[in-house]
Amino acid sequence: MAKIKGTVIIDEQRCKGCELCVVACPTDVLSLQAKEVNDRGYHFAYSAHPDNCIGCASCALVCPDACFTVYKITTSDNI
Amino acid sequence: MNQEDIIKNGTVVYSRPRLLNERNTHYCPGCSHGVVHRIVSELIEEMGIEDRAVGVAPVGCAVFAYNYIDVDWIEAAHGRAPAVATAVSRLNPDNVVFTYQGDGDLAAIGTAETIHAANRGENIVIIFINNAIYGMTGGQMAPTTLLGQKTATTPYGRKADINGFPIKMSDLLAQLDGTCYVTRQAVHTPAAVRKAKKAIRQAFENAMAKRGTSVVEIVSTCNSGWKLSPAKSNEWMVANMFEKYPLGDLKNV
Repeated sequence: MAKIKGTVIIDEQRCKGCELCVVACPTDVLSLQAKEVNDRGYHFAYSAHPDNCIGCASCALVCPDACFTVYKITTSDNI
Repeated sequence: MNQEDIIKNGTVVYSRPRLLNERNTHYCPGCSHGVVHRIVSELIEEMGIEDRAVGVAPVGCAVFAYNYIDVDWIEAAHGRAPAVATAVSRLNPDNVVFTYQGDGDLAAIGTAETIHAANRGENIVIIFINNAIYGMTGGQMAPTTLLGQKTATTPYGRKADINGFPIKMSDLLAQLDGTCYVTRQAVHTPAAVRKAKKAIRQAFENAMAKRGTSVVEIVSTCNSGWKLSPAKSNEWMVANMFEKYPLGDLKNV
């Protein structure tokens, strides 16, 4: 069966840590950094569980700062 | 399969729109303005009207909108964006003119300009961000503030006998003959963002086809003004704002 895999690249410096992407993600991929901050002092978002990503771009759609680039690929199970 | 393989062999589902420039926005984390800016820049790019699009920025949080979206902009005096947009669209009928206004700008100081521009049926798009509060000046009561909502100037909640009732601008504008499309949308979930984008696209198409004034109200959050986290603000908006400001098309002719 074909399987959809996705991945997100996050512009960490642009992220303001608003957490809207974390709430919007249907597969719990994203999370906010607990301690680390970016140059502007925000706890930025990162892929905590990148294997779960299905490339649905929900995070990108709700992001107010357009930090996301989303990639998607359809693979078969034997790869 | 690791991340490099997906990036190398996969397709780009989403990337930052080209017209949204590299500046960091001054908006608070989680502000709905950022999402709407992004939708507008995506649409202008997709519709290929970046040479013809002229935005009119308001006074309010979105006053610096001209810093972020790479199209032509004019900064209007407080509330006068529809009047300025009228001039631009009449003098340059080929331009696609849109105003981007908050509730303090459109529903308070600019009520007259908004109603008369819509009543004249100017071929402009009015994007109305309704977050029920004056965000930029520190969270004072706006005309759209809900009854019982606590703000800096109504610390015990808005009361109808002292402060009057919240004004439903889109319902008012939908009654005018000059408007061709009045809709109320939100940007709190991915589905809502898609719908809002579709609505703004139709509004731009109406302006290009000279059908009259299109009004897209976006029911938004102001997490700083409401003193909530961005995620909690969205929940509060769904629980309280949608009752007074229900989503959907109010007029589509």
